[in-house]
Amino acid sequence: MEAIEAYEEEEGVLELPSEPMRLAMGPSHPAMHGTIRMILDLDGERLLNVDIQPGYLHRGFEKSCERGTWNQVFPYTDRLNYVSPMLNNIGFALAVEKLCEIVVPERGQYYRVVLGELARICDHFTCNGAAAMELGAFTPLLWLLKVREWIWDILERETGARLTHSFGRIGGMAAPPTAEFKESIRSVIPEVRKVLGELETMLVRNRIFIERTQGVGILKQEDALSMGVTGPVLRSTGIDYDVRKATPYLVYDRFDFDVPVGHDGDNYDRFMVRIEEVRQSLRIIEQALEQMPDEGPVSIDNPRITLPPKREVYTTIEATIAHFKLVMEGIKPPVGEVYSYTEGGNGELGFFIRSDGSGTPYRVRVRPPCWYNLQACRGMLIGHLISDVVSTFGSINMIGGECDR
Amino acid sequence: MSIAEVEVLRELLGERLLGSSSFRGDETVRVAAGDWFAAATLLRDEPRLRMNHFIDLTAVDYPEREERFDLCLFLRSHLTNRRIRLVTSVAEGQSVDSLCPLWSGANWAEREVYDMFGVRFRGHPDLRRILLYEEFEGHPLRKDYPIDRTQPLVPYREVEDIGKLPPFGLEEGQPWSRIQWGERLQGRDRQVSPAIALQTGQRRALTQSDAFPKAGDKAEAGPDAASSGTPSPSPSGGGD
Repeated sequence: MEAIEAYEEEEGVLELPSEPMRLAMGPSHPAMHGTIRMILDLDGERLLNVDIQPGYLHRGFEKSCERGTWNQVFPYTDRLNYVSPMLNNIGFALAVEKLCEIVVPERGQYYRVVLGELARICDHFTCNGAAAMELGAFTPLLWLLKVREWIWDILERETGARLTHSFGRIGGMAAPPTAEFKESIRSVIPEVRKVLGELETMLVRNRIFIERTQGVGILKQEDALSMGVTGPVLRSTGIDYDVRKATPYLVYDRFDFDVPVGHDGDNYDRFMVRIEEVRQSLRIIEQALEQMPDEGPVSIDNPRITLPPKREVYTTIEATIAHFKLVMEGIKPPVGEVYSYTEGGNGELGFFIRSDGSGTPYRVRVRPPCWYNLQACRGMLIGHLISDVVSTFGSINMIGGECDR
Repeated sequence: MSIAEVEVLRELLGERLLGSSSFRGDETVRVAAGDWFAAATLLRDEPRLRMNHFIDLTAVDYPEREERFDLCLFLRSHLTNRRIRLVTSVAEGQSVDSLCPLWSGANWAEREVYDMFGVRFRGHPDLRRILLYEEFEGHPLRKDYPIDRTQPLVPYREVEDIGKLPPFGLEEGQPWSRIQWGERLQGRDRQVSPAIALQTGQRRALTQSDAFPKAGDKAEAGPDAASSGTPSPSPSGGGD
């Protein structure tokens, strides 16, 4: 009720006495991406309180993981953040490798970096395109989806699937890079830069865009840390926490890249941080392609971890046995629990895994960055107008599959 | 590596620190459930620790133990970029203090642990289910919750004489193959999916090879087909 009084004082005019209105938005609302329900308490168009109710996409990811082998978790991770599935694959693979103390060959590490950064570009472009579309600018979405198509073509050639790759494996990747891997990416990078320039020309100095985004959905630094916010949403508040810089995994310590930060933590900053991160991802990809060896394995050579080549499975008894044991019993990590974290599309994507020494995970907990970012959304929304709900909600980039698991 | 944090905690907590371990670089300290809030407060406020970044809170179920749930709190200090994991064990029905006053991010995390494991948090402002619905019975991430148990809010329809229960009635679902509207409009064929056709004796959906009945079948196809008077077209023409 304080909000109402503040509003009346601010207006300084006679207000008709009114009761707050309670409005249910969602779970299936045409303007919201993601199936989520918000209970809004409204004073006119101004939000007094919001109750965000996730869970409509809950499929029991963590429970499902407890009945297969470790490698059978990969298809599930694809369906967490389905805008950047490759990053989830890599995140889970790194967690199990941390438990087993495996280090992937260098070529495999570079391969993971490049594929992961491509997925990150897709993720940020999808989010930014949708954010612009929600403010009425439809063209940027189409331009950015065009870029996403180019990148998906590359990923399709590498992995065989456009969206749910299931390409990560414990101890490496499912297949080595194709012959035209480097060439195809190098040809796309200038085009992506061009589209980024076009996007900025069209949108970033647009008055409507600026007025709808600046000062809307402000998140304070201390709130963000206490809420567990990570990723672009945290960096937009000015905190330079990026897992790739803070605790480098894979070969991220060998690249020269910057961590863009915002200033106010509003929708505009989140949009700009994502644009700049795409540029940094392109820089990383360029350096990684330069440094990546052309020869060598991408997976470790350990018959207890990685599947032997199919040709050997059919011709040698050792490979047949190894294949059988891996498929029927699975990898058996040592007993213990580890928490491994990587920078996903939306922030710190953590996997807390517990092994009891058998071929089946005892517990797989994913720390979804969206979950905590969405929780912070309530504070961003209160006091703003109902028309800002959709754009603010879009700017935190909630992905239902990851949030609800 | 980051033994320093554990040493500080040991100095401050003394006997109340039940144990610490370092596994694959993860620092873990264990306290009793009664010291959960006190230890967390120390982690946040002690100048040498300053764990101000809430990362995660989750639980692991060990049904064979007396205190069956392990609560795991993951924290990070943005000032020093160090991490620590605080663990405590909770028995079924036992509740622990909520960490919401320390980190507001604990709100949803604790609701999720309550939803999935049934651990209750004292002093939580709004402890209700978050991922599942109010009517849900049990806590699915407990090891004794069967993975194939379903609790649909809308019950499945009961259809007689059918082995498998679809969520829809016989005539409502999409047929297995594409509907051939020309045939359907003429009333010559009601197509259902092969599985249902087998169970109910209905005519199954047309495929390329048997798009139209052969001359011998015509008599038993009923008066509809016979009275329509169209000459039987070639199989290749009727397939699409």
